[in-house]
Amino acid sequence: MVALPSRHRSLFLLGGVVLLQVLLLAIQIKTVESADGSKSRLIRVWSVSAVSPFERSGAWGIGRVRDAWRHYFALSDTARENESLRRENGQLKLEVMQLQGKSAEADRLAALLNFKQKQAKVPMVVARVIGSNADANSAVIYLDQGQHEGIKKNMGVITPEGVVGKVIESYRDTCQVLLLTDRDSGVGAMIANSRIQSPVGGMGEPLLNMKYVGNDDEVKVGDRVVTSGMDRIFPKDLPVGVVSDVKPGNSFKQIRVRPSASLEKLEEVIVLLTTDPLSLKPDAPIAGNAAASPASPSQPAAQPISGLTNSKPAEKHP
Amino acid sequence: MNDTFDLRIGESHIEVHKFYGGTILLTVIIAVIAQSFFPVYISKAGILDLPLLITIYFGLSRRNPSTGLLLGTFIGLLQDSLSKTPLGLFGIAKTIIGYLASSIGARLDTEHPAARFALTAAFFVVHQAIVVLVQKLLLAQSQPLFTMKLLVATLVNSILAVFLYFLLDRLRKS
Repeated sequence: MVALPSRHRSLFLLGGVVLLQVLLLAIQIKTVESADGSKSRLIRVWSVSAVSPFERSGAWGIGRVRDAWRHYFALSDTARENESLRRENGQLKLEVMQLQGKSAEADRLAALLNFKQKQAKVPMVVARVIGSNADANSAVIYLDQGQHEGIKKNMGVITPEGVVGKVIESYRDTCQVLLLTDRDSGVGAMIANSRIQSPVGGMGEPLLNMKYVGNDDEVKVGDRVVTSGMDRIFPKDLPVGVVSDVKPGNSFKQIRVRPSASLEKLEEVIVLLTTDPLSLKPDAPIAGNAAASPASPSQPAAQPISGLTNSKPAEKHP
Repeated sequence: MNDTFDLRIGESHIEVHKFYGGTILLTVIIAVIAQSFFPVYISKAGILDLPLLITIYFGLSRRNPSTGLLLGTFIGLLQDSLSKTPLGLFGIAKTIIGYLASSIGARLDTEHPAARFALTAAFFVVHQAIVVLVQKLLLAQSQPLFTMKLLVATLVNSILAVFLYFLLDRLRKS
């Protein structure tokens, strides 16, 4: 054996004697440690305190290794599971979209039904859009209702947001509707506040054109445009659109109107089953009359029809 | 055992003292008994720590760390056994003091009264610090490290040590 120097021997002896006495203390002393109030020996507390950091470190290290193995190496099943989940996610997204579409459709039909119930004396039929124009130069849609439901040529077509167009052809179970945005389309209209009358027609683009407003007449951007009833197709005060641009012209102002109805996103419409002048019931007037001109309730505004849709505003064309 | 011999460390010349047989054991027993006996009649005597003074004295005189720490262990455990403290509290403290006193005694001349006063004061404070530390760490008993009582006790015991060590010097062989 290697002989320790005397000084080191005494140091080892000191350490040994102190350690023995510490253990002696530990054996004697009890301390309250348990939750139930029972006492445990101090040496047990020390042992646990001494060992637990290593256990904790070990557990942490094992956990890290296990996580690393699971996340970076043991991925054979993960790829398959990922692919399966991706397919399932796609199916769920599709279902959500379908449900959202059905929900929106239900809302629209509920609004149409509500409008129809309130305007019981106004003959109308709700039709679904089943097709659109085959060429790019015209704005035409096809509906799933026709002569069988009483639809005839020149009947007005509207949505809860506003005027859509008019029927240009009617067949047994379908009809063709010329949208307001078509170049050949037109509707008798007027500025809601000033009551300046002028036909509004399409230009083959999303915006409409208000044709015959003199340069001296005051028209501002944001003015609401409603039907005048002069075309004998649409009842008076149906919303047509909102003035989006006003420029002075040679004889008449160049006025652009953004349609109130979402003509590019039509799914269900209402066909007014008469060509006679119509008037809406007083309890379901064109919405926004009061809002448009509180001082003159008789002046309507181009806002969604009351009872048709008041939950969401009309979508605007760009 | 009865002789006095020289311990040379470097160029220093330090004398190692021997005592008559049984002197150390008898002194220790008397000190421990007195420590537990005096406070019964003289409450102020509780400030004294005669076992510690004996440990320091024989550590400084014998100048052997191994025997110094073993003597400290013996005195400490004896003091513990006669008090309500758990066995080992004073044992640990006096073991360390015995070791330190023996180690320092082997390097310094501790015969001068001033040196004895200073060393006793220092060891007294270290002893108290060890006791407080052991109580805090091992027994979960919180005690203040420094109090005015400790300062007074340090002074009193150091003064007493100067006279006590003078008497104990009479027990040396030489």
